[in-house]
Amino acid sequence: MNIADLYSKPAVYLTVAALLLAIGIFGLVRRRTLVGMLISGEIIFAAAALNFMTVGHFFADAAVGQIFVLFIMGLAAAEVAIALSIVIAVYRNYHSIKTAELTELKG
Amino acid sequence: MSAFPGSPYILAGLFLLFVATTVAGAVLAVSTPRIIRSVIGLATSSIGLAGLYYFLNSPFLALMEILIYVGAVCVTIIFAIMLAEPDEPAPEGRRGRTWAGAAAMLVVSGIIFWGIARLGLTGNWTTVAIRNTDGRVERIGVELLTTYSLAFEVISIVLLVAILGALAIARVGRHREE
Repeated sequence: MNIADLYSKPAVYLTVAALLLAIGIFGLVRRRTLVGMLISGEIIFAAAALNFMTVGHFFADAAVGQIFVLFIMGLAAAEVAIALSIVIAVYRNYHSIKTAELTELKG
Repeated sequence: MSAFPGSPYILAGLFLLFVATTVAGAVLAVSTPRIIRSVIGLATSSIGLAGLYYFLNSPFLALMEILIYVGAVCVTIIFAIMLAEPDEPAPEGRRGRTWAGAAAMLVVSGIIFWGIARLGLTGNWTTVAIRNTDGRVERIGVELLTTYSLAFEVISIVLLVAILGALAIARVGRHREE
């Protein structure tokens, strides 16, 4: 594989997206605070968006991939707003955002 | 291709730089014990991703990525960190168990990466028959207001409800404290 035309190979983008997904899942499980888990979730969103863009650009309609990524960005922004307000509310009630201490529903 | 003989290699170097920025930012975001550095990792990763979008012929999406992720999402997370607590807690339990958990999770995410990358590399990707390669901003705007107008309206309602929900949740917490 010639290094000079690496950016025109869809396999490179798909591999980067898979790597981002794996990193995000690793962080989602290993992080012990709500904000850390939220950031890992954002990385998983980024992986999905990169996949949509790659498939749209190389295999399907060029504009549709971009439109789907715009929708993903909108949903991610809504998710961050809700999740952060939940984090603030949890911190007010528990004085902590460590996931190990939020065990009121544990039975 | 162009007048300057080294320009393909400069382009390839830029591409590899953006790939490295994306991956390194993501690794920093999930591995550092301080959450503020984790946010910086997310911002770095978003900038690298914006570069990759540029290589995929969509400069509009590259600018939106920087505007929304670096400009809005990261700043909002930083506000939340300032209102809540700044650091990842020290791991509880025995140290060996924590390392074993991290190693097990590394194996699991490695398997996920291997499986999905293998799907992407060996999959039989077929290009659609009638393919429109015009990805300019004009066409995005027209498609958003014709083919995808319902999704466009629905996502604006989602954003409105998200704002109202965020306000409501934050207010309930304040009332309970008083």
